[in-house]
Amino acid sequence: MSVFTSMLERDLRLAMRRWSEFATPLIFFVIISSLFPFALSPEVAALRAAGTGVLWIAALLSSLLALDGLFRTDMDDGSMEQLILSPASLGLLVFAKICAHWLVSGLPLILIAPVLALSFYLPPESLPTLMFALLLATPTLSALAAIGAALTVGLRSGGTLIGLLVLPLTAPVLIFGTRATDMAVHGESALGPLYLLGALAAFSLSLAPLASAAAIRVSVE
Amino acid sequence: MGLKRTFHLLGSPPTVYRLAGLLGPWVGIGAVILIAAGTYGGLVLAPPDYLQGDGFRIIYVHVPSAYIGLMAYVLMAVAAAVGFIWHMKIAHAVAVSAAPVGASFTFLALVTGAVWGKPMWGTYWQWADARLVSELVLLFLYLGVMLLRASFDDRDKGDRVSAVLAVVGVVNVPIIHYSVEWWSTLHQGPTIAQLDTPSITMDMLVPLLTMIAGFTLCFAWLILKRVQAEILDRESRARWVEQLVTGASA
Amino acid sequence: MSHVSGATLAVKNVEIARGERRLFAGLDFDLASGQLALVTGPNGAGKTTLMRTLAGLRLPSAGSVSYGDVPVSRIARGLTAPIAFQGHLDGLKKDLTVAENLAFSAALWGGEGEMDALADELGLEDCLARQVRFLSAGQRRRAALGCMRLRPATLWLLDEPLTNLDTRGAGLVAAWLDAHLERGGSAVVATHQPDKLAGRAAIEVDL
Repeated sequence: MSVFTSMLERDLRLAMRRWSEFATPLIFFVIISSLFPFALSPEVAALRAAGTGVLWIAALLSSLLALDGLFRTDMDDGSMEQLILSPASLGLLVFAKICAHWLVSGLPLILIAPVLALSFYLPPESLPTLMFALLLATPTLSALAAIGAALTVGLRSGGTLIGLLVLPLTAPVLIFGTRATDMAVHGESALGPLYLLGALAAFSLSLAPLASAAAIRVSVE
Repeated sequence: MGLKRTFHLLGSPPTVYRLAGLLGPWVGIGAVILIAAGTYGGLVLAPPDYLQGDGFRIIYVHVPSAYIGLMAYVLMAVAAAVGFIWHMKIAHAVAVSAAPVGASFTFLALVTGAVWGKPMWGTYWQWADARLVSELVLLFLYLGVMLLRASFDDRDKGDRVSAVLAVVGVVNVPIIHYSVEWWSTLHQGPTIAQLDTPSITMDMLVPLLTMIAGFTLCFAWLILKRVQAEILDRESRARWVEQLVTGASA
Repeated sequence: MSHVSGATLAVKNVEIARGERRLFAGLDFDLASGQLALVTGPNGAGKTTLMRTLAGLRLPSAGSVSYGDVPVSRIARGLTAPIAFQGHLDGLKKDLTVAENLAFSAALWGGEGEMDALADELGLEDCLARQVRFLSAGQRRRAALGCMRLRPATLWLLDEPLTNLDTRGAGLVAAWLDAHLERGGSAVVATHQPDKLAGRAAIEVDL
């Protein structure tokens, strides 16, 4: 079995055994989305106008939350040192960890999103595009959140800083994701923004493992 | 041979300290002259604009500030990367110095941008202005690097981890800029006007370039001073620093 | 487990600092294959920091450490792993079983070994299917050493390996070290209890 598969399998297995850690961001996604009607208004028109933005912001924030502990437990129990010292490339291992995390937190988010979208009175025809856009965007969000997690893993109160560091970098994803969803809501083809989301995903998934590995090596000293 | 030796000299704290001390006054004087000339040219010599009247004159502060803000970030990222790869403390000292200065210029750009926009928009801020919004994001990126570094007790770790963030940031700046620009074009109503530099004529351009050059020298002077202070701080135990301090008071 | 013997651990003029404080300087020694180096010293003297520097996890503030003429920091980053490091932390995932931890370590390092025979040697035959978090400290330490044992490394760096181990466990570590040295491997062991391993040590470093 290749190193990537071993790492992926390990983290998936750990996720299954600590499922509460992985359910939290998902529940967070639902709760945040549900709070907005209280803050805005329960009227159909208002929610339909705000729905796209609300869903994407909520997805953004819960992705950040999900990846907070990505590297911390490994650092704390000493397995991170062993990963660094192993003959496997740390970048590849980090990439496998990001994939495992996305499978456990990003994928369920994509599946729940349509339900929340309907609660915001978004038209059912826009749902496939919404899901596809999230499918392309959540890997980028996971990658960026992983960078944030790696940068702050050496800090005691690291979790609070991740958002500040990573959120500005997520602006493009937010812009293209909401645009794709809006276009779908208005019945237009969202191919343009979707392509751009795909490009962002490819770019961030290649950058994040390298940057994260570099930051982890510094933090482990 | 010459390049390697230069590299070595640049890595030596006392050499850089003295070099910065020598260059400082010249750079500072140059900055004062250029900024004075540019200000005179911009406020007095350049004619009022056809559309914006005298209001456009703020560009003589806004444009140089925005330019410096961006350039400083690139400088910070390059210096941090050099420090990370080649373990040069001086490079990290430059990065640490560039951050607050660059952030201040970016903030100045935002404030002058707001002042510029008020007569046109009626408000001090306009989300649809892509340039201002990009500058706001740049300010956030600066704050992120500064906060991250400050959170580390170990100075060396702080330098290197914030170097990674600086590089990640600089790579993302063009992406963020173009996506924000694209986004703002989607929502441009006919009433919202971007902060547009008026069609440039020679009498407008020359003072602007002078101001940009002046601001660059001003930035350089600030960096030189800060790098000197950083070096003293980081090398406070070294003998040459002791001699410097006791020599001065002797 | 294949071994390539013959590489020397060369420690030249190493100075270790923790933050602003310099712990020690001028450390010099060469460890040839088949040799054991013992590192002793009081708490806070820098044993752990030295071990981590030898492993390539951090750089010394002065001097160099190389194994087989390659700087250890490059080895740590590289795609070969002739060095096995066992630090204070176990390096085990507590939500995985002993068997799963061993299998993962083997998969990552390309090592082989009979899992069952190893478990017998370690006295963990009953624990293979148990999650690590249910094990005692001594059992965890033995499991961690088991993971290390599976790695095809020629240089062993052990930071206080005898912690939490009973006499049987300590005897096992000593036996493994003997076998490892005989095969041409080398080892550096930091310990509070040098007498357990004394007599084998070719080099003694007292911090």
